[in-house]
Amino acid sequence: MADYGTGLPIRLHQVVAAPGGTPVLTGIDLVLNAGGRTVLLGPNGAGKSTLLRVLHGLISPSAGSIVWGDECTRPRGQAMVFQRPVLLRRSAAENIRYALDLAGVHGAEADARIAEALDEVGLRALAARSARVLSGGEQQKLAFARVWALRPEVLFLDEPTASLDPAAARSVEQIIGDIHARGTTIVMTTHNLVQAKRLADDILFLHAGRVTERTPAREFFTNPHSTEAAAFLEGERL
Amino acid sequence: MNRRVFVAGFVFFLLPILPVCAQEKFIVVASTTSTEQSGLFGYLLPIVERDTGIKVRVVALGTGQALDMAKRGDADVAFVHDTAAEEKFVADGYGVKRFPVMYNDFVLIGPKSDPAKIAGGKDILAALVKIQIAQAPFVSRGDKSGTHAAELRYWKDAGVDLEAKKGAWYRDTGSGMGPTLNTASSMNGYVLADRGTWLAFKNRGNLTILVEGDKKLFNQYGVMLVNPAKHPHVKADLGQQFIDWLVSPRGQEAIAGYKIGGEQLFFPNANR
Amino acid sequence: MNTISESLALAAGLVTHFDANLVDVVALSLRVSLTATFFAAYLGLPIGAAIAVGRFPGRPTLIVVLNALMGLPPVVVGLVVYLLLSRAGPLGSFGLLFTPGAMIVAQTILITPIIAALSRQIVADAWSEYREQLTSLGAGTHRAAMTLLWDTRFSLAVVVLAGFGRAIAEVGAVMIVGGNIAGVTRVMTTTIALETSKGDLPLALALGMVLIAIVLLLNTAAHLTREWARARFG
Repeated sequence: MADYGTGLPIRLHQVVAAPGGTPVLTGIDLVLNAGGRTVLLGPNGAGKSTLLRVLHGLISPSAGSIVWGDECTRPRGQAMVFQRPVLLRRSAAENIRYALDLAGVHGAEADARIAEALDEVGLRALAARSARVLSGGEQQKLAFARVWALRPEVLFLDEPTASLDPAAARSVEQIIGDIHARGTTIVMTTHNLVQAKRLADDILFLHAGRVTERTPAREFFTNPHSTEAAAFLEGERL
Repeated sequence: MNRRVFVAGFVFFLLPILPVCAQEKFIVVASTTSTEQSGLFGYLLPIVERDTGIKVRVVALGTGQALDMAKRGDADVAFVHDTAAEEKFVADGYGVKRFPVMYNDFVLIGPKSDPAKIAGGKDILAALVKIQIAQAPFVSRGDKSGTHAAELRYWKDAGVDLEAKKGAWYRDTGSGMGPTLNTASSMNGYVLADRGTWLAFKNRGNLTILVEGDKKLFNQYGVMLVNPAKHPHVKADLGQQFIDWLVSPRGQEAIAGYKIGGEQLFFPNANR
Repeated sequence: MNTISESLALAAGLVTHFDANLVDVVALSLRVSLTATFFAAYLGLPIGAAIAVGRFPGRPTLIVVLNALMGLPPVVVGLVVYLLLSRAGPLGSFGLLFTPGAMIVAQTILITPIIAALSRQIVADAWSEYREQLTSLGAGTHRAAMTLLWDTRFSLAVVVLAGFGRAIAEVGAVMIVGGNIAGVTRVMTTTIALETSKGDLPLALALGMVLIAIVLLLNTAAHLTREWARARFG
């Protein structure tokens, strides 16, 4: 049910990313197809957040190429949720309306989507409340409501539940599931291995700026292919 | 929304400028701070407006600055008190003709304690020599004004070489009559001032008039129309009407009628 | 001390009797400075936002210059505007010199850099927080700048107030380009300067107190408006 087509598959070829000057990612070859839930794992500094941003077009590669579908420029129809929600100083409903306006959705259609989105995340009663005075959990749900209304083709998530209490985190995982069920491809980073096990279809493991392996989730946690991944899982368990 | 804000802002901005476009009869007169601060214009200009319908807008500066402003064409009429500079103004083609209007006099002001012992004297040159010898604090305007020009003439005529004899006693403030008087008042110094500004001055401290009445202290005012040949936009007919009024019996009588504390400040002499 | 108590009494008298001269002078001061502030905000806020969000060669130099312009001496601005608007100057035919229009021009030039430089910093700080999300949502540079200007509106209101404060307090520029003409271009600050130079210090101080009181009143009104808006709209 995605509104936009053909921003997928995303193909990376020998991508080097050096957002601060020094290379964070080197020699990335990757194809991201539609429909799955991919979780990026790896130790701190491995480049997970950077890779997410390269995929979303927020960071340009300093070498190599990236193609979204047939286009070399970042397409519409992608959305991202960050660890801490970034909301404007206006009401909850208006925040969603702003995003829809940028996406070219106005008027009655926008009104309908806003109502639907707020219902999905359970914030209908707070529609007129100023977004900045909502609690942390409510703000993050609002960020997801925004995504729900946008109906993106791909959703990137950078540790979306890291700042939330367990109840809110559970709620958000449910929403992510609903978004995926509607047809949105999910790409996510997390430090929470239990969450990764719950949500992922396949795991992309990064180490020191390189993709060490890409394995279906079930297999990764019981039988990782790379020594780095095995060490990582060992460290975490201890 | 943005466009409406822009239009509203533009109109709001225009409003203060509109009076300029309105058909108000007015002229700009470049005059001196001493004339303004004596209160003469506050008294005279309503009479001018009643008689001629012209609103006179006075910009009060030092004589040097006033003549400079007139040279640039930013004024229609110049009304100052430096005969030599005025005659040069006309000779150089910036002014049409110089008309004498009135005179007032300068007075030498100083502290009641009078360290240079000049009180009651009738000779300005002798008094200045005494001040220089006593090295008593003297405050000068130093701003190319008519008063400053007169002061420098007196030092020269008294035979005092200011450049050589200048010391800590000679304070050059580079400002108008009022601020110069303020400075003299706070340091108990001697100062040359026009009687008009002095009579209207309120911050006298220990100062009083020490020397007056010398014919040399006579301070002549002249008025000139800025030459429309050099500046075509000058309001020549309105400006000339103003000048004609000043030198007319009515205008001269009005000038003589201005008093502070019963004392007349300016003495009309247009026909002399 | 005498001067101060005398001035307080004078000030009270002037205000309660709505001295006609005083009312005219205050009205002109407000008209000139409010108009200049409006125009300076209209120019300065978008300029500040554009520099904050945009990327172009020479940007760091421009920021340094803009910040330096905040320290433009009013009397120098007055002199330059005078030379421009003088009949002998390039813009003389507009006949703006010695009118309130010239004073508005001078004050606008004076406070636009203040508003631009300060709003640039505020928007830049907000941009570092919002950049990724706004880019993700597809906002272009222009749209992002406008959005940030609105989002930081409470901080920007203080910036505009600072600009107004600078305008209504300055005397150097308006004295030169306005000529301090009685009834036409005489504002509070030039009146205070005139009365001081006439030696009427109590009156000058009294007018100064009135000026401060008016600025306080305006700032209070602005503060209350901001609080009400914040409560209503967040």
